[in-house]
Amino acid sequence: MSDAKARILNGIRRSLHRGELAGASREAAKARLASPPQGPAVARARLPQAEKVALFCQWAETNNATVARVTAADVPGEVASFLARNNLPAQAAVAPSPELERYDWPSQKMLSLRRGAGQGTDQVSITGAFAGIAETGTIVTASGPDHPVTLNLLPDTHVVILREDDIVSGYEDVWARLRQRYGKDRMPRTVNTLTGPSRTGDIEQAMELGAHGPRRMHIVVVRE
Amino acid sequence: MQSTAHDFKDNVSEALADPNLQDSLAMLKVGFSERRRQAAARLPEFEALRDAARDIKNHALANLDFYLEEFERKVLALGGHVHWAPTAEDARRIIADLCKSVGARTVAKSKSMVAEEIALNEHLEKIGIAPIETDLGEYIIQLRHEPPSHIIAPAVHLTKDQVADTFLEHHSPLGFTKRLTERNDLVAEARYVLRQKFLDADVGLTGANFLVAETGSSMLVTNEGNADLSNTLPKMHIVLASIEKVIPTLEDAAILLRVLARSATGQESSAYTTLNTGPRRDGDLDGPSAYHVVILDNGRSSVLGTEMQDMLRCIRCGACMNHCPVYGAIGGHAYGWVYPGPIGAVLTPQLIGVEEAGNLPNASTFCGRCESVCPVRIPLPGLMRHWREREFERHLQPKAVRQGLALWSFLARHPKLYRRLTGLANRLLALFGRANGRYGSLPLAGGWTRYRDFPAPPPGGTFHQQWARHGGSRIRP
Repeated sequence: MSDAKARILNGIRRSLHRGELAGASREAAKARLASPPQGPAVARARLPQAEKVALFCQWAETNNATVARVTAADVPGEVASFLARNNLPAQAAVAPSPELERYDWPSQKMLSLRRGAGQGTDQVSITGAFAGIAETGTIVTASGPDHPVTLNLLPDTHVVILREDDIVSGYEDVWARLRQRYGKDRMPRTVNTLTGPSRTGDIEQAMELGAHGPRRMHIVVVRE
Repeated sequence: MQSTAHDFKDNVSEALADPNLQDSLAMLKVGFSERRRQAAARLPEFEALRDAARDIKNHALANLDFYLEEFERKVLALGGHVHWAPTAEDARRIIADLCKSVGARTVAKSKSMVAEEIALNEHLEKIGIAPIETDLGEYIIQLRHEPPSHIIAPAVHLTKDQVADTFLEHHSPLGFTKRLTERNDLVAEARYVLRQKFLDADVGLTGANFLVAETGSSMLVTNEGNADLSNTLPKMHIVLASIEKVIPTLEDAAILLRVLARSATGQESSAYTTLNTGPRRDGDLDGPSAYHVVILDNGRSSVLGTEMQDMLRCIRCGACMNHCPVYGAIGGHAYGWVYPGPIGAVLTPQLIGVEEAGNLPNASTFCGRCESVCPVRIPLPGLMRHWREREFERHLQPKAVRQGLALWSFLARHPKLYRRLTGLANRLLALFGRANGRYGSLPLAGGWTRYRDFPAPPPGGTFHQQWARHGGSRIRP
């Protein structure tokens, strides 16, 4: 153990009037890490799936995102139409995810897509999502080869394709899914939760959108 | 940063006379605090979540060494590094060495109060590395060479017009020569200027809201996305966090997140909450190739096990200052160091000494609003009272205060004498007139009446005299 580490840990133990954590206390702490206890449940998002999806959409819009609900066949059309409606260029950086390749992008002849990480010059990105949180209308993404984090952050407009089945009640459901997918010892490098577009309250406490991340977030909720 | 807490009284006089500051502070009442009230009212479970949040932090503190070691083990297993810094100086040295190891010229910084605490920027500048504050509020005050005045809204003391002047001065060499009048234009200009700096930075330095022992992750909560650009674009990500930031599990984080944003700004959720675990993985197209966590003690471990331990539960939401009548009158700078408001009045004497900061815990009306809104239920007035006692024990107060208190305590123990003297004082005060219900000046009370009126006693004698006259009697249980 480094000297500095020993100094800090021994300082803590001295103040707590004990040596290294041992016995029942140690077992209790280990048990807590192994199977984390749940806190007080938040009732508003404990709903049947259809209502959960509706609640997600409602909160996402409250948090300044826009939402469109479509079938899988209509995803590319909705994206192209969203870009046109907002006078945005018909080109985007897209997450190189097999999930997103299930949609028929070539059907939108005008849409020019580049697969890869985000760049400073991108105006629009299109990504999938690991989950959506109904309680607050929050998008959750997990980094990996199929989802570069820069796509969440650099472009002015972030279009998120979210499957209805991936909408869950609260954070706790997301943690459970992450542990299941990745193992609790191997979280993805970055898990982002995104609640609406970037904002700041730093000038006179008034919320302004588009501080450093996207100014606009459009969520396409897909019915399977 | 250099403390001016010892000049607290002068700082206060200046703050009260600053019209821009008073305009900015007036917005606090209708801003964060009203929004907090609404957010709390929207969530029926809010009070239960506050209890749970308090219990989580208490549990983490009681097992702090264990969870810190677990956290380290998980970080190392995924290729990250953990550095232990007993003192501020250790942390500065570790961070400087890390920056030098990658030949860093600029560091993109996301707002970190711990970095302010250890005066990191000054140190980096000294060794030729430029720290770039990327949180909008921090950026504004970095341009103005000012310290933050609030822990979540560092530029809350400034008006929009002051920000406009600052940007005009510093951005006109970059071609932005128009003075802006709208908030969204100011935000857009800062975004543009800072974007290139993000792309050029060699190191990203962030704080952490929580360190999660279960997964070895650092958790960051922001609205702007600046912390995320800081931990994504540069080749090295350094997390600077103090020891009490560690919590056991992701479930615990979920509870704390629910009370944090609502208490801070009244949002249901901040725009960005990010969990970072180790460096870039094989196949990743972006992210830093090195991930370092610097764990700072700086005196905190010695607070454990004492009657002051509760202060270590703080999750830095700022609700106590948003609701404090003293902070609302004088702003953050008057407190003279990194942490203002009620939590500052409790933390600062601990971190830099009661000799330097003994005045801060005296700057409270003990109205209790801070405790009533604290998401982790820190008994802030009780902790301030504790510091007052310490200050008294150590004979740090002026002689007049000590003698006054000694006299009062003598009288309080001699009720007959007390009654006779207060009766006399009451009659004497009547001689100075009580028409207005207050006195603008009084003999022997200049220290009081220089700043505020002295209340006139109501007609009809002392409380005891009136009690007797109205036939009051003692009820014995």
